Amino acid sequence: MQSNSDRLPVFKAEAVTRVYRSGTVEVWALRGVDLSLVEGEMVVLLGASGSGKSTLVNILGGLDLPSGGRVFFRDQELSGASDRQLTAFRRDHVGFVFQFYNLVPSLTARENIALVTEIAQDPMTPEEALDRVGLANRMDHFPAELSGGEQQRVAIARAIAKRPDVLLCDEPTGALDSKTGVQVLDALHQVNRDLGTATVLITHNASIQRIAHRVVVLADGRIVRDEVNPTRVQPGEVSW
Amino acid sequence: MRALDRKMLRDLRRIWAQALAIALVLGCGVMVLVAAQATQATLVATQAAYYERHRFADVFAGATRAPENIVQAARLIPGVAQAEGRISFQAILDIEGMAEPATGRILSLPAAGPGLNLPMVRLGRLPDPDRADEVALSEPFAETHGLTPGSRFRGILNGQLRDLTVTGWVLSPEFIYTMPPGAMMPDDRRHGVIWMSEAAAAAAMDMNGAVNDIALRLTRGADERAVIAALDRLLDPYGGTGAHGRDRQVSHAFLDGELSQLGAMATYLPPIFLIVAAFLVNMVLGRLIALERAQIGLMKALGYGRGEIARHYLLLAGLIGGIGVGLGWLFGWWMAGAMIGLYGDFFRFPFIIRDWGTQALAISAVLGLASVALGGLRAVWASLRLPPAEAMQPPAPPRFSRGLADMALARFRFRQTTMMIFRSVLRWPGRAAITLFGVAASVGVLVMSYFIFDAVDRLGDSVFQQANRQHVTLMLAQPQTDRATQDALSLPGVLHSEGAYVVPVRAVHGHRARLTALQGHYPDAELARLVDDAGRVVTPPRDGVVLPEMLARALDIRAGQSLTIEMLGAPRITLTLPVVEIIAQGMGQEAHIAAEALFAAMDSAPQVNLLHLAVRLDRMDALNAAIKTTPAVGGLLDWAEVRRQFDAALSDNLLTMVGIYTLIEVLIAIGVVYNAARIQLSERSYELASLRVLGFSRAEVGYVLVGEIMFLTLLAIPLGWLLGYWLALGLVGALSTDIFQIPFHITRRTFALAALAVFLAALGSVLMVRRRLDRVDLASALKARE
Ligand SMILES: Nc1ncnc2c1ncn2[C@@H]1O[C@H](COP(=O)(O)OP(=O)(O)OP(=O)(O)O)[C@@H](O)[C@H]1O
Ligand SMILES: [Mg+2]
Repeated sequence: MQSNSDRLPVFKAEAVTRVYRSGTVEVWALRGVDLSLVEGEMVVLLGASGSGKSTLVNILGGLDLPSGGRVFFRDQELSGASDRQLTAFRRDHVGFVFQFYNLVPSLTARENIALVTEIAQDPMTPEEALDRVGLANRMDHFPAELSGGEQQRVAIARAIAKRPDVLLCDEPTGALDSKTGVQVLDALHQVNRDLGTATVLITHNASIQRIAHRVVVLADGRIVRDEVNPTRVQPGEVSW
Repeated sequence: MRALDRKMLRDLRRIWAQALAIALVLGCGVMVLVAAQATQATLVATQAAYYERHRFADVFAGATRAPENIVQAARLIPGVAQAEGRISFQAILDIEGMAEPATGRILSLPAAGPGLNLPMVRLGRLPDPDRADEVALSEPFAETHGLTPGSRFRGILNGQLRDLTVTGWVLSPEFIYTMPPGAMMPDDRRHGVIWMSEAAAAAAMDMNGAVNDIALRLTRGADERAVIAALDRLLDPYGGTGAHGRDRQVSHAFLDGELSQLGAMATYLPPIFLIVAAFLVNMVLGRLIALERAQIGLMKALGYGRGEIARHYLLLAGLIGGIGVGLGWLFGWWMAGAMIGLYGDFFRFPFIIRDWGTQALAISAVLGLASVALGGLRAVWASLRLPPAEAMQPPAPPRFSRGLADMALARFRFRQTTMMIFRSVLRWPGRAAITLFGVAASVGVLVMSYFIFDAVDRLGDSVFQQANRQHVTLMLAQPQTDRATQDALSLPGVLHSEGAYVVPVRAVHGHRARLTALQGHYPDAELARLVDDAGRVVTPPRDGVVLPEMLARALDIRAGQSLTIEMLGAPRITLTLPVVEIIAQGMGQEAHIAAEALFAAMDSAPQVNLLHLAVRLDRMDALNAAIKTTPAVGGLLDWAEVRRQFDAALSDNLLTMVGIYTLIEVLIAIGVVYNAARIQLSERSYELASLRVLGFSRAEVGYVLVGEIMFLTLLAIPLGWLLGYWLALGLVGALSTDIFQIPFHITRRTFALAALAVFLAALGSVLMVRRRLDRVDLASALKARE
């Protein structure tokens, strides 16, 4: 494996803060985060509930804007970008996977993916994307007809179908049991390996950190640990 | 097909019941507008064409007896294109199978053939100019009695009993409405128009070389007032009874009144319907799309732009709106067809010029689509403005600050489920307001619709129960001394007799003039009384006249000012009298004075030309038979019959429309409540399912859903009453014509009925939704959210 410095950074966050205001109460979700992420890297983001993991990932993915600090995707500045620019950024570069799948209930698995491939520049076919997550045989099923793990794999297929530069996953296994969770992680692992997609994976599950190149730990809106994994394991070797 | 479009179609199928309810509400508004406007436009176009094709005259005048050459002189008046003289008189008819006498208006047909008011022969032919016993009859009268060509009947013409033979049936633009003298509604059984050759009419009436009825057609742009004045001057020496334009021609005035009422209905009611419907659709669709918040956030996360997402939901809204407008057009046309048929038959138009109401189609489409588009956009925009990260999460739980209302509620120690209802209303006041407004609007429009029944009842009560309590009114051919009042007691079955004197007059105030009648009242009248709309009996004054509101308004005169009255019957004198009082009288047209004062001013002994009789009803037949052979009687009014005609005419037209409007309004109420409940169910399914998980029974959970909506409905009812009050007031203004004003009076029954109808509609709809609650799958309802 090459060293990090050889490769181009995909994301760069500098002193990012995020404050939620409701009425007179201020909640500091991020209190100044510096982070960079390079191509092809798989990073696991750990931290207690409420530590700001989702907030950080949403900002990286252009779903939310920081209150202070700057965020770059390659040389494009995301902090302060317009809605139109953020939309284009998400459309062209980011794939999302959420804890609760977020599939469109009125569309079949294949159609949920077509929803993305129809607006992407160089997508794979929905069939290929589903094949990658091992669901080629469930293509015409509606989300309600799929199990949680299957739904999550469809969501991953939808996220990778556009060949995104980064894949942002917010607790993708949070709602799944160990065995199904491993299948989902496997799918993510393969995508990272085969397509070289930089991947950020939020989890509460410390054992999952062993599959990453790098582990970042947040606490109370700050990064308290950021280290490279000396040895990676295959998802199959993880269990919880 | 694109995945996004497929999503839209599937969404539409998923929410089909709600989409249909929205489309129906909108469709109802569109339907009423299209139907009313198309009907109105068709009838007006038909009336115009009928008048044009049959050369309906512009100016009419009567005289006692004028030489024939007066017609040449009339033609020379500047602005006159065509003039025609006729002989016209009233006759009593004896029709086989009819106990009571009928009245007929006899009209001469010019020897050279009529050039104005062309009769349209519908059956048979016009009478032979050389046959004195041949007549053509107005179609409605002939049809009612089965008097086909060749049939015979008898009439008293100028005091002589004559046998007449029917040659044909005729329609005329002059007699679209045929009104018996003194009646207020057309009566096809007791009154007909009879066309007779000029020679025969002249012989019967001793009118050789003379005419007593003139009709004029004006050139384009002629000054009608100048022509009328010139004609009046021309006829003055010959007992002219006042020339007038179409506005005072009985048939035209009633037809116009009817059409303008219809027009008012078409321009007043349907826009209210459409606006209410549009507003509700806007709100309901907004809420429906607000439910899509998470999906909108997701689409943004996937990289769809605002424009694409907005277009997606606009298309959905547009589809629903399009279905609504389309349904509205379809049913609107169908309803217009039915209404045109109804009115066409009623007026007996010989043909119909169909107008599709293109303008109404365009307006309704624009309003309908705009309302759904705006409703959709508003909601989409609210979700689009949120950062996608936030949109995808369930809406932040509302802040539970303890407001004043909340603290007040806490003191009542309601059950927790009841507290949920109140809290929900307090937390989302905007949402509650939509339901509140929708229900209140339904109640309001219903109050306005039912109010028409109240008004008609009130009018009927004042005209028939209070003012005219006589059974029969006899119109004497010539005025007689007041001894005739006593003599009438010797007619069979007569219990009580009252005389009155009515004379045609021209009332003048400043530059305003009006042809009307002056009625002289004898003291202590018990049968025919002067009564205002509130039921108050008014004593006719000795020192001036009493005017009904509408006449006073037409003359622009107030109490205390003096009115000039030119008598158009003998003795042709002019009086100047102060207006003592102006009274509210929906159907009143005439001026009133005490008989004593009238005859003092006329310098004459008291006379009568009307006899109001109370009759033993079992002796009516004998009375009718006696009158048929009493030449002194020129006409007769049977008030029971008048009342029947009044009710029938109203139920044929007005009440049918009110019925339709009521039905539509109830549909709208159902649409609103059903949607409110459905959305409520979607928005709170998690909460309601949680209650079930906690062990609440179906009934208890259903109570939360039903309770909130019914609570809002109850709250909305008084608001709806208030709205209805204002709408009814507006309707009174819109429906008032020159000859008819609706009394403003809303009964408790109307308020109660409107509230009950809406309450039941609401309860039915919310119970329909409650049934769905029973089917909610608890596991999946809870899985759908965190
Ligand atoms: N919309 C919001 N309004 C107010 N506060 C918010 C909002 N979203 C997040 N927060 C707060 O910001 C902080 C960080 O939230 P975030 O969702 O990033 O945490 P997290 O690390 O993802 O937690 P979890 O592991 O439970 O998902 C929390 O204290 C949370 O309460
Ligand atoms: Mg989180």
